[in-house]
Amino acid sequence: MSMASVHSSTPIPSVTHAAADEGALEKKVAVRKLNFFYGGNRALKDINVSLYTKRVTAFIGPSGCGKSTLLRILNRVYDLYPNQRAEGEVLLDGKNILEPGQDLNLLRARVGMVFQKPTPFPMSIYENIAFGVRLYERPPKAELDGRVEQALRRAALWDEVKDKLAANGLSLSGGQQQRLCIARTVAVKPEVILLDEPCSALDPISTAKIEELIDELKDDYTIAIVTHNMQQAARCSDYTAFMYLGELVEFDTTSKMFTTPTDRRTQDYITGRFG
Amino acid sequence: MMSLYRRRRLGNQIVLGLSLTATAIGLGWLAVILGTLVYRGASGLSLAVFTQMTPPPGSDGGLLNPIVGSLIMTALAVAIGTPIGILAGTYMAEYGRFSRLAQIVRFINDILLSAPSIVVGLFVYEIMVAPMGHFSGFAGAVALAILVVPVVVRTTEDMLALVPKELREAATALGMPLAYVIGKVSYRAARAGIITGILLAVARISGETAPLLFTALNQQFYSANLNGPMASLPVVIFQFALSPYQEWQQLAWTGALIVTMAVLALSITARALASSRKTS
Repeated sequence: MSMASVHSSTPIPSVTHAAADEGALEKKVAVRKLNFFYGGNRALKDINVSLYTKRVTAFIGPSGCGKSTLLRILNRVYDLYPNQRAEGEVLLDGKNILEPGQDLNLLRARVGMVFQKPTPFPMSIYENIAFGVRLYERPPKAELDGRVEQALRRAALWDEVKDKLAANGLSLSGGQQQRLCIARTVAVKPEVILLDEPCSALDPISTAKIEELIDELKDDYTIAIVTHNMQQAARCSDYTAFMYLGELVEFDTTSKMFTTPTDRRTQDYITGRFG
Repeated sequence: MMSLYRRRRLGNQIVLGLSLTATAIGLGWLAVILGTLVYRGASGLSLAVFTQMTPPPGSDGGLLNPIVGSLIMTALAVAIGTPIGILAGTYMAEYGRFSRLAQIVRFINDILLSAPSIVVGLFVYEIMVAPMGHFSGFAGAVALAILVVPVVVRTTEDMLALVPKELREAATALGMPLAYVIGKVSYRAARAGIITGILLAVARISGETAPLLFTALNQQFYSANLNGPMASLPVVIFQFALSPYQEWQQLAWTGALIVTMAVLALSITARALASSRKTS
């Protein structure tokens, strides 16, 4: 079992901690000594963590601990705003994406993201998905239709929308909109999918559907999910990282984190004593 | 305690009364203006108004040349001013959202927005009419375009600023270049608002007289020649209303009614668009 715990007292831990039985797992994304600044405010402190290939990694922790910030670095969506700065290394397949000269559009096509609030584009359901596909490919109409259907099926939305593909994406319910956004992300065929509290605005039934979906998607994608819901982290992730006040407190397999966490703070958070 | 409460209730009623009175006074004058306009203008409405030229004093005629002149100059002004306004608004809301330049442009645009239109007329007189040596419809259109730009800049920026940042982030996260994000997502989300802004700009310029007096002046005959003086409804209304001739005065009332109705129709369309945006 891999294990890393970051105490303020311990020196910077490395994430090269994978023990024998996990040694075969590839790291899709490796974050090393990552610091992040909003202006002068340091929001992330020396983060070391990995996303293993075709595994689900959950990020938990109280509001403001930096989980979403970390996620937003992985596809550099933070670059949209001035005064936000990342230092350190984020290796995607061994290449540091924080280095200058990156083609951010190509990076984002490889690292897709789904946000807390459903964000369908103001266009038809079909176009919402076809649009992203057309950014990088010009498939013939029949193939495009197939891609749209496949993406909607993967997002468990096809049966609900197949008769109204021309309807506006905004006309769907919140849960359907979120699944549309997941379908849109999947259709571009990314390698990594980042989910930033994808269920926090959804009812339990929609949440269950999306969790099932995550379970299926991990056959093909490396997934990172930020969640406030600890049951959700326990249910759908393989690895869990607990963050607190901009630090990564503990990172381990989900089963270990939820049964025998090493750090006192992790235990307190998981058992609901604070947060 | 009850006396305190009673005093507050009384205060509330006084303020309510004052507000209602103020509203009634404002709306009252508007009703009187519209009523007079319809009463005096409608009697002169006939097919001849739209088919005949402005007459010499003492004979019958219509408003064909000023109507055509107004339409041509307004259309040209919108054609010139709208692209500039939309692109500038796009820069301010999208590319330069956090830049100092956008703040400066916004400040200057606000000044331009409230600049007296007669100043714009004089400005265009100096840069176009004086060098060319004669008044022209083109100069009139340019003066009106200068009035269109700040209105469109402002509404475009405001409407794009209302597009949720999550939508932009989501589009960006798909790997969309910024120009696509703006063109395919932001514009689509803000479309109704931007069109509303253009309609409001048209409404604003269709009643402008001062900038046209210095630029297009007037034209007694039918003319679609942009290189020469051109008639327009506001200028003709101004000229005819001040004249001592009964036929001219009647035409001025009718012209005023036509302008008002056109502006009213534009405003209603703009409103309908704005509300359809909310429900869709």
